Amino acid sequence: MEILFYLFSSILIFCAVAVVCVRNTLYSVLFLIVAFFNTGGLFLLAGAEFLAMILVIVYVGAVAVLFLFVVMMLDASQTQPNQQLNRYRWGSIGATCIFAFELIMVVFQWTHGSKAVDRVAFPLPKYIGNTEALGELLYTHYFYIFQISGLILLTAMIGAIVLTLPGDGHRFLRKQNVKDQLRRSKKDTLMLKHVDFRQGIK
Amino acid sequence: MSFGVHSYLLVSAIIFSIGVFGFFLNRRHIIHLLISIELILLAVNINFVAFSADISDLTGQVFCVFVLTIAAAEAAIGLAILVIYFRKRGTIDIDQATQLRD
Repeated sequence: MEILFYLFSSILIFCAVAVVCVRNTLYSVLFLIVAFFNTGGLFLLAGAEFLAMILVIVYVGAVAVLFLFVVMMLDASQTQPNQQLNRYRWGSIGATCIFAFELIMVVFQWTHGSKAVDRVAFPLPKYIGNTEALGELLYTHYFYIFQISGLILLTAMIGAIVLTLPGDGHRFLRKQNVKDQLRRSKKDTLMLKHVDFRQGIK
Repeated sequence: MSFGVHSYLLVSAIIFSIGVFGFFLNRRHIIHLLISIELILLAVNINFVAFSADISDLTGQVFCVFVLTIAAAEAAIGLAILVIYFRKRGTIDIDQATQLRD
């Protein structure tokens, strides 16, 4: 187990460094996919099987492939990094050092651990699987939040489709056309008819 | 089982710092920024799962599911905006995005 943890985490850290530092955006997305796979392995070691599978299926299968498609769709000269990275190098190293220092200080403060058992809200299951326990929790106690996150996904889907519809003449986005509005006259749009009693319009 | 929560948290901190580094380093390319944000959210997820396994509470994994959901929605919307911006301007350079200022 220890060996697996060190294997997964070292590959993960290497891939994260490669994601940031590699010059081609396409390779950086591919390294991101490898990083997701290794994080799935780390989740498996921590006992979160459902999340590991979700990470591999949803992230590698959907989000990373979406990135891949967009990178391939864009112009190749646009996705190559420019030569002016030196401008930001020292600032980014400084910000990273501050963040890393704070995070590592916080990590070594954590000594609580399993002594906090009496404060546990929903303990890990002993006799049923991880997926089943997660489903029971999601569909009972976190039901509304679960539905709201589904609605957020629906909104994102509709927004992405409407935003990327081809052409300027959007069928779903009705725009105001001032010229058309001013050009309307009464005889174009209004017609007066005399209606006989109990005859209706012929 | 002795669960090494500190090693998980250390890995998560390193991934988070790498994400922040990439965020500041590649400030000119929106797609690099989005990839760095994905790395940062991955570190957050590792943190959630590590604490969930450490105090043997299932809530961390539930919130990990929600973080994954929001990250997917954010990536989809961000990439859609990126695509229409590229279609209109022919570039994805952030420094060129001054249409509102001009």
